[in-house]
Amino acid sequence: MATPADVLQDSDARRAGGAAGAVTLTLRIRRFNPEISQDSWWDEFTVEADPLDRLVEVLHQVKWYHDGTLSFRRSCAHGICGSDAMLINGRNALACKVLVDDVGPRVTIEPIRGLAVLKDLIVDMDPFLEGYRTVLPFLINDSGEPDKERLQSAEERARFDDTTKCILCAACTTSCPIFWGDEGYIGPAAIVNAHRFIFDSRDEGSRERLKILSEKTGVFRCRTTFNCTDACPRGIQVTKAIQEVKRSILFDRF
Amino acid sequence: MATTHTYDALVIGAGGAGMRAAIELSDQVRTAVISKLYPTRSHTGAAQGGVCAALGNTEEDHAEWHAFDTVKGGDYLTDQPAAQLMAEEAIDAIYQLERWGLPFNRTPDGRIDQRRFGGHTAEHGERPVRRACYAADRTGHMILQTLYQQCVKRDVRFFNEFYCLDLLRDAHGAATGVVAYELATGELHIFRAKSIVFATGGYGRMFSVTSNAHALTGDGPAVAWRRGVPLEDMEMFQFHPTGLAKLGVLLSEAARGEGGIVRNKDGERFMERYAPTIKDLAPRDMVSRAIYQEIKEGRGGGPNGDWAYLDITHLDPKVIEEKLPDITEFARVYLKVEPTNELVPIQPTAHYAMGGIPTDVDGRVVEGAAETPIPGLYAAGECACVSVHGANRLGTNSLLDLVVFGRRAGVDAARHVKEAPLGDVPERPTERTLSMLNAVLERAEGENAADIRKELQANMFDLAFVVRSEESLSKMETIIGELQERFGRVAISDKGALYNTDLMETVELGFLLDCAQALVVSARARTESRGGHYRDDHPLRDDANWLKHTLASRNDDGSISLDFKPVKMGPYVPMERKY
Repeated sequence: MATPADVLQDSDARRAGGAAGAVTLTLRIRRFNPEISQDSWWDEFTVEADPLDRLVEVLHQVKWYHDGTLSFRRSCAHGICGSDAMLINGRNALACKVLVDDVGPRVTIEPIRGLAVLKDLIVDMDPFLEGYRTVLPFLINDSGEPDKERLQSAEERARFDDTTKCILCAACTTSCPIFWGDEGYIGPAAIVNAHRFIFDSRDEGSRERLKILSEKTGVFRCRTTFNCTDACPRGIQVTKAIQEVKRSILFDRF
Repeated sequence: MATTHTYDALVIGAGGAGMRAAIELSDQVRTAVISKLYPTRSHTGAAQGGVCAALGNTEEDHAEWHAFDTVKGGDYLTDQPAAQLMAEEAIDAIYQLERWGLPFNRTPDGRIDQRRFGGHTAEHGERPVRRACYAADRTGHMILQTLYQQCVKRDVRFFNEFYCLDLLRDAHGAATGVVAYELATGELHIFRAKSIVFATGGYGRMFSVTSNAHALTGDGPAVAWRRGVPLEDMEMFQFHPTGLAKLGVLLSEAARGEGGIVRNKDGERFMERYAPTIKDLAPRDMVSRAIYQEIKEGRGGGPNGDWAYLDITHLDPKVIEEKLPDITEFARVYLKVEPTNELVPIQPTAHYAMGGIPTDVDGRVVEGAAETPIPGLYAAGECACVSVHGANRLGTNSLLDLVVFGRRAGVDAARHVKEAPLGDVPERPTERTLSMLNAVLERAEGENAADIRKELQANMFDLAFVVRSEESLSKMETIIGELQERFGRVAISDKGALYNTDLMETVELGFLLDCAQALVVSARARTESRGGHYRDDHPLRDDANWLKHTLASRNDDGSISLDFKPVKMGPYVPMERKY
């Protein structure tokens, strides 16, 4: 059996292969600033970066040392706050979960699609959040409150575990071609958050939510392209969740 | 011309404490929440391991044991009545979260599951106890989401991406409003209210290695400080032992709660030597210092010999998958390490501010040793200092602090609204803010804010981190003075009105410099070692002289005065802190 020291030596050896000094990265960024022009334009920046640097920190290098006007949202920088969803080399991702190593030596960065661009990589999140609010994203239970906790089995809790991971970053919704084309579609993230309650054994609001989701702006707009599942930085099986909601409308509750 | 809004109550910050206060307030009075981030972006969401309460769901536990652990964990700088109150109210606070839908992990009989965490013990230190209620390793995320859901349900009014830049006080000192900057437009807004609750979070971004979000720049404490509010126990900062090496991204203490082990470069489980009873489950300050000691004695790993390792390779893969999925992913994504069969390189990371805006247990901001409340002003969460965390916060007590004291601040702020008239704001309320912003916007050339920030962070890491001394702190104080002076000459390239994050980052740097100055001056004064504050020139705790809180205030000339107030004692007599 391997001792901790053996494991450690093995760990160090493997890591040594990954970090081989600085590399040169060229960023091509789609810019927009209505104070300057009504049209967007492209800027290119070349920086030195560590292969394990997060792209969001490379964007900081650009902002802090090349062009302070470059604007983007970010906060936690480790994939939990959901601020920095961007279109990175054609795919939606969080800039803090993509490393230089994953994209180099050239990377193209654009704002996520389907929401109005306000400046550079910043988009209008309000329509997205409006969709979220539509599905009554809160526990509904009018059967009275127990003194302590409501009971829930581990199996019942596991049933909606996946959709509790959502951080509302909009990577899924803005990767969805139906969302781009049809302003009425509520979008994957809202459905994920509806799923989180519909399949929670403690919730009693499913009927109401399923009614909302069965309307023409709801789940049946989905054409199962799986873009949302590919885009989710939290690994949520988004398309599966949407299908489960569809099935629930068709067979279970109505 | 600034727009003026009038509400009964304002909450500044939309993390756990702010939203918990807002829920309480908005049920009773007209409330607005001002937040520089969208609420679900707040850093409460990054908390991982758990939120504790003596529910006793998996083994015997008592609120009194929890209070004792909190006081001892805080190295006796904790105000004991506040710790007792928090431990008692913890139980209902957790049940409330569950009834609002928080998806806690469950026991086989369907109750909230609980697990071990550092410093939480049964029978006053006899053995570890399962007290942390959790939702996998994303408990903070679930609290933030659940509170936001309840705010959506109540249709709470949020002003998102509004930065609070100034506090307005009337002629008698009462808090009567704030000035906020709207990021989308660059416009200033005046918000008037009878009660104002600061819940702006911490200031870990003054250090180069931190688990804190970029947004955590001490805005609330700095804004209050600039308007004459003292800051309490600023020297007490927590360095969490298990940050991902170089990055500082947090790997939850839950990893150790589930059986993970910290090792040095020889693979030795060195905590057996430092805390023989509870070993790896010793409180964070002790584990961080032990790591430093190992590094100092040449047993650190990595290219510079300054890493330790977190070992979870022996845990059941099912436990890792169900209870520690996020932190496992962090190691995979950011260090390309596979925690199920490799050791994860770690180093202590700046994590949590125990100090902050002084409050009583109702969240009222209090001034001086006499603890005179400032009418209308409240604070809760990490930006506040109740003090329940003393010199070192126990893991899982921060999420608890948010919900217990966020609620209490909300309750009392609502009461105040019903009793007080709407106060006056100064004649030119935006004057100070405008001159601060215009000075930066109008300067054509000058210092780069990023250079100043980087120097602040690197030096705070070198000189005011886990180990401090008169020499390091006096050097740091000089450096901050120089950085403050250079900050006065900062120029930025974005002169626009829309989403000028260049400008806001610069303002935030000013806040950080103020908080750092208060921290260093307070740390220099405290010539003892206690909890997270360790001085190698004064390595022992000195209860005869230092069983008291520091209160730092800024004088008009920019210098700092220190005042002190006694710790509120209770049943627990200070004793040597062994685990």
